[in-house]
Amino acid sequence: MYSEEMLQSIRRVEAARAANMVSEPRRMTAAEKEALLKEFHPDYRDTGFGVLRAGISAGDKVPTELLELLEGRSRVAGLDLDLNSPDYDVDVLVIGGGGAGSSAAIEAHEAGASVMMVTKLRLGDANTMMAEGGIQAADKANDSPAQHYLDAFGGGHYAAVPELLKKLVMDGPGAIRWLNGLGVEFDKDDDGAMVTTHGGGTSRKRMHAAADYSGAEIMRTLRDEVWNRQIPVVDFTAAIELLLDKNGHAAGAVLLNMETGEHKIARAKTVVLATGGAGRLHYQGFPTSNHYGATADGLALGYRAGVPLLYADTLQYHPTGAAFPLQIYGALVTEKVRSMGAMLVNARGEAFMHPLETRDVSAASIIRECRERGNGVETPEGSAVWLDTPMIDMLHGEGMLEKRLPGMLRMFLKYDIDMRKVPILVYPTLHYQNGGLRIDARGETAVKGLFVAGEAVGGIHGRNRLMGNSLLDIIVFGRTAGKSAASDSRGVELAEPSLEHVRKYMDELAAAGVRSEVESPKLLPHYANKRP
Amino acid sequence: MADRMITVYLMGKEYQVPDSLTIMGALEYAGYELVRGCGCRNGFCGACATIYRVKGSTSLKMCLACSTKVEENMYVATLPYFPLVKQVYDIETIRPDERIMMQLYPEIYSCIGCNACTKACPQGINVMQYIAYAQRGEYKKCAEESFDCVMCGICSARCPAGISHPQVALLARRLNGKYIAPEARHLTERVDEIENGAFDAMIEGIMLKPLSEIKELYNHRDIEQ
Repeated sequence: MYSEEMLQSIRRVEAARAANMVSEPRRMTAAEKEALLKEFHPDYRDTGFGVLRAGISAGDKVPTELLELLEGRSRVAGLDLDLNSPDYDVDVLVIGGGGAGSSAAIEAHEAGASVMMVTKLRLGDANTMMAEGGIQAADKANDSPAQHYLDAFGGGHYAAVPELLKKLVMDGPGAIRWLNGLGVEFDKDDDGAMVTTHGGGTSRKRMHAAADYSGAEIMRTLRDEVWNRQIPVVDFTAAIELLLDKNGHAAGAVLLNMETGEHKIARAKTVVLATGGAGRLHYQGFPTSNHYGATADGLALGYRAGVPLLYADTLQYHPTGAAFPLQIYGALVTEKVRSMGAMLVNARGEAFMHPLETRDVSAASIIRECRERGNGVETPEGSAVWLDTPMIDMLHGEGMLEKRLPGMLRMFLKYDIDMRKVPILVYPTLHYQNGGLRIDARGETAVKGLFVAGEAVGGIHGRNRLMGNSLLDIIVFGRTAGKSAASDSRGVELAEPSLEHVRKYMDELAAAGVRSEVESPKLLPHYANKRP
Repeated sequence: MADRMITVYLMGKEYQVPDSLTIMGALEYAGYELVRGCGCRNGFCGACATIYRVKGSTSLKMCLACSTKVEENMYVATLPYFPLVKQVYDIETIRPDERIMMQLYPEIYSCIGCNACTKACPQGINVMQYIAYAQRGEYKKCAEESFDCVMCGICSARCPAGISHPQVALLARRLNGKYIAPEARHLTERVDEIENGAFDAMIEGIMLKPLSEIKELYNHRDIEQ
């Protein structure tokens, strides 16, 4: 499978392996990291961003592809909709069928509310399903929520909203216990102790996992629980606009059947927006590790309704996307591979960095190694570096890679690459939307009755997220949003539903001279008639 | 590494596509704008179950479209949905005894041992074996054997006994995770400590520090080996 040039480079990697394994590359100083990021991280490039011209966060810098959607044409424009004859009428409407939406729906249902979920694909079609490495929580004796806070706050460049980060780390152990109580199978020792490892930027081993199917294991369990509770799930149906009542309180959503094109109206006393990330917008031309539906829909909906954005200009490029072969280009190679001891090695066989720097630093370091230093391995899609996976079984004993990383092993074996025996090629891939809609510690936004959870939220992690804090945030803030939405739905008397906020925002765009025919939200990427 | 163009039959219709593509890539290359049958695009979600036969062969093959390369003269049919039976239960009140499988999924005892499920599984799981474990109430073994299941439903599509294997396996895994695997006592204790306020002062102590002090703490924190 590998080319002759790649095989030659592998021989250099093999020759240096024993020495690399006993070395520990120095971690970078704060000043070195800052200089590296400024020079090589995609967030710090001048091109690729634009400035919002309308709405509550006008003046903010956002990625060009997101700007196009935030300033796009509403899909309700020109439609004749009767907002006063809802097809669905519930207490809590949850938009999005991933881990955050499912957690919210389960908790709202538990609290006694009538709940309905809508999702544009199937329940469980979400980035949650693709999270591999694990979920953080400070539940070991040598650890504490305060230590977790410090790791995440520093790793996020001291930009996290303190009250949100505090909620994340303090509710972390409770989230793990809740999942375990639903039947999620965490990796445990024979005596029941959680098997925990490091992630990039952690100071304690607090990464809990279910092999390298951590997200899939959580998602399929939550989905089963939604089904057990018989919560109505309207699938293959997207929310294309939020409804507010005349007093500006959330009141439901306009829905679109993805297959038939039919529109429906859902009325709800409170709404949880849990629409996920944006990888399929392919910022700056990057491939992505994200789900097919990751198109930032919730950001467009929430922004038009008046919710401010926070850190929408910060994206996470996962350092280790698969760079070869072409068929899996951009797919996630979990950070757990590095947690278990595999090192990043350049074409000359040099371990050029500590393998467990934070993700933004690691990604920038790989880009520098390829672009500036010319130490990358040439592939059909560009330059890449080695992730020296045979180190894992050498460190932990034969069979451990297969036991802890079965998904990764299978992904590469399908293309005849046995990562137990040969290293794999990696390059950064667009992975996570650090920023998003602003919430408070109850999950509520500036719009009364509108809650946001999961990747659509901005501010929990600051300007960079640590591995394992995203699976945690969808559970912690999904549950919180569900509870808050259920409790706030009691006593809500909705006034007449309206799309006035959309018209107002469109007027504001027009006044700023913006004329767009780009349909927004995007709903799905357009890959037809294209090469991947 | 120039691509060679090959002939494939998507839903029976002939197309020319580059031979480096996956089946999913070939559908899109041919002009399909996918809504059904496409999810994570990388082998974890089970949305893209697919059946194919290569011209001249009588054997039907099953795969995930996102992670299987096209072949010359491949006849492809997608299976974007399969009606699995999912029984409803309360995880809090059921117990990991043999009876629960008999109550919820009695059809597993009609397995005729044809092994079509195992042969069809795109994840290489020994499906028939985990059904045997489920029949015997050995849920830990069933959970371990089925762990890599992506619930694509291919096994059930091939089963003459009408078994919904992925749902049986999911029940076994939830029973194992909740009731059979030993309790993580350090987790229970930590949750209690947090609820009793044991960490409130510590975390507020960090949050209230000036930024310069927090930076000092972060840059000089000790890292567990």
